[in-house]
Amino acid sequence: MSISANTRRSDRVFLAGLSLIGAIYIVLILAMIAADVSFTTPAVLGSALRTPEIRHAIRLSLITCTLTAILSVWVAVPLGYLLSRTRFPGRRWVDAVLDIPIVLPPLVVGLSLLILFQMRLGGKSIERHFQDTLHLPVTYAVPSVVLAQFAVACAFAVRTMRVTFDQINPRGEQVALTLGCTRRSAFWRVTLPEARRGILTAGTLAWARSLGEFGPILIFSGATRMKTEVLSTSVFLELSAGHIEAAVAVSLLMVAAAILVLLLIRLMDNGSLPDDSTGKAKDR
Amino acid sequence: MIEVSGLSISAGAFSLTHVSFIVPPGQYTVLMGRTGCGKTTLLEAICGLRAVKAGRIKLGGREVTHLSPGQRGIGYVPQDKALFSTMTVREHLSFALEIRRAPATEIAARVCEISDLLGIGHLLVRRPAGLSGGEAQRVALGRALSFHPGVLLLDEPLSALDDQTREEMYALLKNIRQRTGVTTLHVTHHHGEAGRLADRVLVLEKGCVAPIPM
Repeated sequence: MSISANTRRSDRVFLAGLSLIGAIYIVLILAMIAADVSFTTPAVLGSALRTPEIRHAIRLSLITCTLTAILSVWVAVPLGYLLSRTRFPGRRWVDAVLDIPIVLPPLVVGLSLLILFQMRLGGKSIERHFQDTLHLPVTYAVPSVVLAQFAVACAFAVRTMRVTFDQINPRGEQVALTLGCTRRSAFWRVTLPEARRGILTAGTLAWARSLGEFGPILIFSGATRMKTEVLSTSVFLELSAGHIEAAVAVSLLMVAAAILVLLLIRLMDNGSLPDDSTGKAKDR
Repeated sequence: MIEVSGLSISAGAFSLTHVSFIVPPGQYTVLMGRTGCGKTTLLEAICGLRAVKAGRIKLGGREVTHLSPGQRGIGYVPQDKALFSTMTVREHLSFALEIRRAPATEIAARVCEISDLLGIGHLLVRRPAGLSGGEAQRVALGRALSFHPGVLLLDEPLSALDDQTREEMYALLKNIRQRTGVTTLHVTHHHGEAGRLADRVLVLEKGCVAPIPM
């Protein structure tokens, strides 16, 4: 056997080994979804999704996830820009702090929010301040759902926006400055439009992350039917009550939403390949 | 006129110290030097994009050392062109005038004039992704010239072009100079460009700028 034939055979064995190991995980993911689908029928799915509790949870999930996504983008754009474009004392610390919600156990996020809102400030709790000044109950009410989702989802949006601004050539903004822009107008007129796909991705990611959030909501908002129940808490409540079909129906709905969001993100990423005008200058 | 005197710039581990030179009014000066010698750093300092540690920069007799980039009246074409990917060619050419709140009729007239000068009238609705290297370079030049700057700074503007396009750009740059009389500092490491375009050639070597005979 020739050397080149041996090399080709060795390459094939190597790649086959890698593929086999990778396939185990791919099969596990697809098997989980297939198991959910095979567990139910369209009729059971339809009747479960028509119950008032689950329809309320769907509605609340859509509203809170959308609010969280908007809030997350609103915070992530300035924070991502500052981290990408500026150097300031403590920048590394700020960067590290932004990883905390990502690595913290979800239940701990919820517990921390609960404790924070019970902390006393000027003689009364922060919760009481919100109720007195804004007439807005937070803990165990709808605002707590948004806040619990925001506490985690925003960190992902900030990471996305930072990478987005890192990938945009700062030279465009610099040229805008020489053309008469202030830093603010260069940001609004040049950088922000170029970041639009990143903004959409950050918002979509925050939305998807919020949809799956469970631990912080359970602790900080409770799981009260027709009040603070979102889709992730519906799965928990239906399972607790022994209604496995309903739990699977809600799960499938969330799987469909997750796949839709993933497709959207992939579509946006494919449209954002850098062209030569965004390549970074290398010469000094 | 560009007057740089005793300029010191620091960029990380790299620095330039006590750099001085003059580009007389209306002159086309080519600044040469090896890659990494600090040509781009020097242009950025003149533009106001890089802080200077010491020294002075005067443009047309006006001290600009501590002015913001937009107050200096410089048309700047960076090496990578840095076109705005979301804007059309027309929007590039009108950008600086819109910032200056020029009347719409004046902007339209200037876009027409500059696109004629650069031969890009047929590209006005295109975005950078649909332009060739030569076309993109013309747009970058047009954007820099659109607001009648007193000084034009070109950072290796012909470096990524094929021979034929380069020839076209030589003719175009000569025509621009003839029509506008703008004082130009053109940075390159290409001797051919200096020979074809320059009134005077300066070389940046070991932190010093000195004229070299043509």
